[in-house]
Amino acid sequence: MSNILKYFSFKEIKKSLVMSVWFMILTFPIMVIKVNTIENTVIWRWNYLIGVGISSFIFASLWRYMIERKKLQGGSESTVPLLQKIRELGERKPTLKKGSLIGVIVLILVFPFITSMYQTGIMTTALMYVILGLGLNIVVGLGGLLNLGYAAFYAVGAYTYALLHIHFGLGFWVCLPIGALMATILGVLLAIPVLRLRGDYLAIVTLGFGEIVRIVLENWNAFSHGPSGIANIPRPTFFGIHFTLPQATIYLYFIMIALVVFTIFVVRRLENSRMGRTWIAMREDEIASQSMGINITQVKVTTFALGAFWAGMIGVVFAAKTTFINPASFTLWESIIILCVVVIGGMGSIVGVVVGAGILILLPEYLRAFSQYRMLIFGAILVLMMVFRPGGIVTSVRKVYKIEPHLQGGSDNKVEDK
Amino acid sequence: MVPILETKNLTMDFGGLRAVDNINFRVNQGEIVALIGPNGAGKTTFFNCITGVYKPTGGDVYIAPDGNGQERINGMKPNKVTEKGLARTFQNIRLFQNMTVLENVMIGRHCRLSAGIFGAIFRTKATVEEEKKVVQDSYRILEEIGLSKYVNEFAKNLPYGAQRRLEIARAMATEPFLLLLDEPAAGMNPQETNELDEMILQIRRDNNISILLIEHDMSLVMSVSEKIFVVDYGKLIAEGTPNEIKKNPDVIKAYLGDEANA
Repeated sequence: MSNILKYFSFKEIKKSLVMSVWFMILTFPIMVIKVNTIENTVIWRWNYLIGVGISSFIFASLWRYMIERKKLQGGSESTVPLLQKIRELGERKPTLKKGSLIGVIVLILVFPFITSMYQTGIMTTALMYVILGLGLNIVVGLGGLLNLGYAAFYAVGAYTYALLHIHFGLGFWVCLPIGALMATILGVLLAIPVLRLRGDYLAIVTLGFGEIVRIVLENWNAFSHGPSGIANIPRPTFFGIHFTLPQATIYLYFIMIALVVFTIFVVRRLENSRMGRTWIAMREDEIASQSMGINITQVKVTTFALGAFWAGMIGVVFAAKTTFINPASFTLWESIIILCVVVIGGMGSIVGVVVGAGILILLPEYLRAFSQYRMLIFGAILVLMMVFRPGGIVTSVRKVYKIEPHLQGGSDNKVEDK
Repeated sequence: MVPILETKNLTMDFGGLRAVDNINFRVNQGEIVALIGPNGAGKTTFFNCITGVYKPTGGDVYIAPDGNGQERINGMKPNKVTEKGLARTFQNIRLFQNMTVLENVMIGRHCRLSAGIFGAIFRTKATVEEEKKVVQDSYRILEEIGLSKYVNEFAKNLPYGAQRRLEIARAMATEPFLLLLDEPAAGMNPQETNELDEMILQIRRDNNISILLIEHDMSLVMSVSEKIFVVDYGKLIAEGTPNEIKKNPDVIKAYLGDEANA
C-alpha cells in the first residue's frame, strides 16, 4: 500500500480531478443531453455525468500512477530485460526449460486435434501474420526502411498461385517457391527507384506502390479477373492426396507451423550474419555505414528483396487457405496491420513479432463480442504502447559475444546466441 | 617516391559557392599531416571530396597505396574508397548507436570479409570460420585502442571520449593505409586530448600507416603532425612544418585578422 502511496501525492489527485471535470464538460453534450426530435423533448441524463466523472477520475489516476512509476524506475531501462530474465531462468533451471519447451511443442502438435476447425483456422491465420511480420521486420525493424506497401508483395504471391493454377494447372507446392520468387523480383524492382529515399518519402512511395499494385489487379480484368477475383483455388495436397475440408485445415496448420519454424531459422541466422549486421548499420547511419565500406545500394536491394520473399510465400498460402482471392484482400489496411504487428511486438525482435502477431490477430478473433470497438481498442493500445513501451512489447536484444581472448587457435571464442 | 594521397587542383562548388578552391595537397608514406583552418574554411568538404561523399567539380584525387602507380579515385563511391584503403572518422560522431561496441568494429571489418547470404543460412564452414575470426580481430582492435572493457555495451552508452576512440577503432578495422580523422579532439578535455595524442602516434607506429587529421586543437596539431596545410576560404594559404606554420604571417592573419585593419 505504501508502495502505491509513494506515487500519489495530493497534487496528483488534484490533477486527476481536474482531468475528470474536464472530461465531464467535454462529453456533456453527447452523454447527458438526449434530444428526441420527434417528440421535441430533451432528456437530461445526469447519472451519466457522474459515471463519466468517476470513470475518468479512475483512468486519470491510473494513468498518473503509471507515468510516475515509469519515471521513478528510470524510463525504459527497467523494461528491457524481460526476455533476458526468461532466458536466465532457463539457464538456471535446465529441467524447467526443457519441460516447458516440450510442453509448448506438444501443445502446438495436438492443438488442431483438441480444438475446433474454427480455432485451427484462426491459429493458421495468426501463424501467417507471424511470417509476414518477420518478413517486414527485416525491412522495417532491421533495415530501418519504412515500407507501407508490403501487402503488394503478399498480393503478388497470392496471384502467382491463382494464375499459375488457372493457366497451367500448377499445384501449391510448385507455386510456393515461385510465388516467393516473384515477390522477391518485385522487391528488387521496387528497391531500385527508392534507393535515394528515406523516412517519410520512402513511406509515401511504398504506400503508392502498394496502391498501384492493388489498382492494377482491380482493373486489369484480362489478367487478374478484376474485382470479382479468382475462385476455386485448390487447397494444398499431400503427394497427390486430396483432403476433406477439416483435414485440409489441419494440414494447412501444420504446413504453417513448418514454415514458421523455417522462417525463424533463416531470419535468425541472417540477422546475426555479416549481412544482417549491414542492415542494422544501415538503419543506424547510412553515411557512416557507407564510409565503412558497405555498399548501401546492394544492402537496400537485399533487404527489400528478402522482406518481399516471405510475403510472396505467405501470399501463396493465403490463396490456398481461402481458395478465393480478390484485390480487396490486399489493401493499405493489410500493410498497416502487418506494420502494427512489427511495431507492437518489438522492432527487430523475432520473439516480439511472434507475440505481436498473437495479440493483433488472435485478440480480435476472441473478442468478437467487442468487434464494434475494435478500432477504438486498437488505437488505445497503440497510444499506450508508445507511451509505456516505445520499443515494443519485447525489446530486441543484441547478440552477446563471449570472448576468451587469451586462448590460442581458431576456437578461441565461444559465441553465444542471443 | 610517389605521395600516397595527392590532390591536383581539387575544386568543389556548391552552386555559386566555391568551398574548395584549387587545392594541391600531398601525404607521403608514414606521415602525420594536419589540415587546419578557421571554421567554414572548407576542411570537411575537402575530406568529403577525398572520401567520395562528394564528387569534386574539378581537379583530381590520386592514391598510391604501395607508393607507386597512382590511381585516380574521384567520383568513386565512399564504400569503394574505403575498400581502396582510406578510412575516416566523422566530425560529429556517427557511430551505430544501437549496436554493441564489438559490432561497430565488426562493421568496419565488413569490406574485408566475403560471407554471403547462403553462407549465412547454411552456416558453411568458411562462414563460421570467418565469423570467428572477425570477432577475434575486432576484439584485438578494441584491445589496442583500449576499449575492450566496453565490448558488449551499446555504442550510445559509452562516455564521449570512448565514443571518439571507438570511431577510430572502427576506421582502423577497415585496414586502411591512410586514416583520415575529422576533428578527433573536438569536445575532449585536455587530458583526453593528451591520450589521443599518444594514441595517434601509437596507431601509426603499430600499423605503419599514414594519418591525415583536421583539428582545431593547436597543441595536438603542433605536437603530432609533421606537416601542416592551412586552408582559408577554400584556398590553400600555407604549408610546412609546425614551426614554419607558427611564424607564417598569412596563417596569423587568417586566424587573428589583419593587424593593419584592426
